[in-house]
Amino acid sequence: MITKKEVQHIAKLARLNMTPREEERFAKELSSILKYIEKLKEIDTSKVEPTSHPFEIKNVMRKDIPRCSDIETVQKLLKAAPLREKTYIKVKAILKHSE
Amino acid sequence: MEIQNLTIKAIHQGLRNKDFSATELVESFLKRIEEENKEIFAYIFIDQEGALQQAKEIDQLIAQGRELPVLGGIPFAVKDNILVKDLPCTAGSKILENYIALYDATVIKKLKNQKAVLLGKTNLDEFAMGSSTEYSAFGPTRNPLDKERVAGGSSGGSAAAVSAGLAAFALGSDTGGSIRQPASFCGVVGLKPTYGAVSRFGLIAMASSLDQIGPITRTVQDARTVFNIIKGKDPLDSTSFWIEKSDSKFNIKELRAGIPKEFFVKGIDPRIEKLTTESIKRLENEGAKIQEISLPHCTDYALATYHIIMPSEASSNLARYDGIKYGLSVQESNDLKEVYSRSRQQGFGQEVRRRIMLGTFALSAGYYDAYYLRAQKVRTLIREDFRKAFEKVDVILTPTSPTLPFKIGEKTKDPLSMYLSDIFMTAVNLAGIPALSVPSGKVENLPVGIQIIGKPFEEEMILKVGEVVEKL
Repeated sequence: MITKKEVQHIAKLARLNMTPREEERFAKELSSILKYIEKLKEIDTSKVEPTSHPFEIKNVMRKDIPRCSDIETVQKLLKAAPLREKTYIKVKAILKHSE
Repeated sequence: MEIQNLTIKAIHQGLRNKDFSATELVESFLKRIEEENKEIFAYIFIDQEGALQQAKEIDQLIAQGRELPVLGGIPFAVKDNILVKDLPCTAGSKILENYIALYDATVIKKLKNQKAVLLGKTNLDEFAMGSSTEYSAFGPTRNPLDKERVAGGSSGGSAAAVSAGLAAFALGSDTGGSIRQPASFCGVVGLKPTYGAVSRFGLIAMASSLDQIGPITRTVQDARTVFNIIKGKDPLDSTSFWIEKSDSKFNIKELRAGIPKEFFVKGIDPRIEKLTTESIKRLENEGAKIQEISLPHCTDYALATYHIIMPSEASSNLARYDGIKYGLSVQESNDLKEVYSRSRQQGFGQEVRRRIMLGTFALSAGYYDAYYLRAQKVRTLIREDFRKAFEKVDVILTPTSPTLPFKIGEKTKDPLSMYLSDIFMTAVNLAGIPALSVPSGKVENLPVGIQIIGKPFEEEMILKVGEVVEKL
């Protein structure tokens, strides 16, 4: 039901690198799970409202006041990042250099 | 009775009467962990130093004649997807193998206020995705009652720790059965509270509209004690909520219990069916009014709905693991995009990637209406099923699991067969209602649990029924 090409497309959307063997396995496994899920097509849902949350609770708001963390927490946060420079988290270049 | 097998209440009494000190208590637990954890693998991380330090403080408190909180000095374990400040939190995943938590989850703050003693962090299926704890990146937890078998999951480490006397109680999390099923498999009590009753702040999110933290304990009374401490509205979790129901007198002779006919059909182990029917019969003998009810959307359809909504929410929640801010990072990549996709390839295990893929598919353009929206609509029908049933009954009784604890390796080859072990439990999370698993007997020396489902915020009702079941 799910083709290898579709697996490649979804993997790209999900930012998951995959070997060709994994693509094949995922196509097989996802197809079998989706076949089970197809059961839901037996139910007439044309007149049913969707549920996104178990209870009808309204949004909870609070005043937008910044709460500062202590310097120790900030340092620990930075320390958790694999690449950093001074007080910045560093990433690989997003845009290419033009000479 | 050995000190490690005492209930919370008995330990509390023992500490107050100075039958043993908090240090002796914690040392005896640490000793048993040292002896048994290698084989059972309930704990991923043991905080020996921290636990002994906390015990020392409790002993000073007692020596000063100060009041001991109800959980003061009680040694407990926490599922490793709940943050404890300055301790590692792996979620059972390679991607967080070296991650150190920066703050306490609200439940941890509440237990620290009680001066409960944290022994360590327990094993789980990676990101709580699984029903056997075999999907942990660090190895499976074994069932203390039969070490060839799984402890259930995803809170398998927590259930095994309580069952083996490696903790007096433990916290787990339940998205589609992850507290109740391992509790049932390990012969202990597990409570999945009403959605929102316990703050999720500091719980590593899997499916945010389904996740709940709850206790795993030796007795129903212990589950009540822990639940009453951890429940309540939390300003740090805007979905948390609590309504105090009036404490009406419970009388088993006035209890109306519903048995959903759809839960006693194909797929259930006939020995479990027989045992559950006998438990229900005993409740009837006590005076409970038993009636057959119907929950037409709450087994197969609920499981199918769950396997759309859960991975959809999970795929979105797990987008944050990108190898940039923390966790495993593959820097040998050509560009930023490759850092993301390679870190996620190496950091996530099979089951996690399966669910991310399934969720991304269900939410992607062209499939959203056919899968995600349809599932949300069936979720409404599931809520309606329970609402209608609860007009006629106070509680609903079902087996917790359709099968006995299975052998290690039995279901990991076929993901769908693993999913089916949650068939009686996922509807409860989709409806947001509370449910309790209580041991109700044994088949061939393996424990069987009965599931007691209640109305929203009526945990006290299902706990009362659980206490009756426990004594029969």
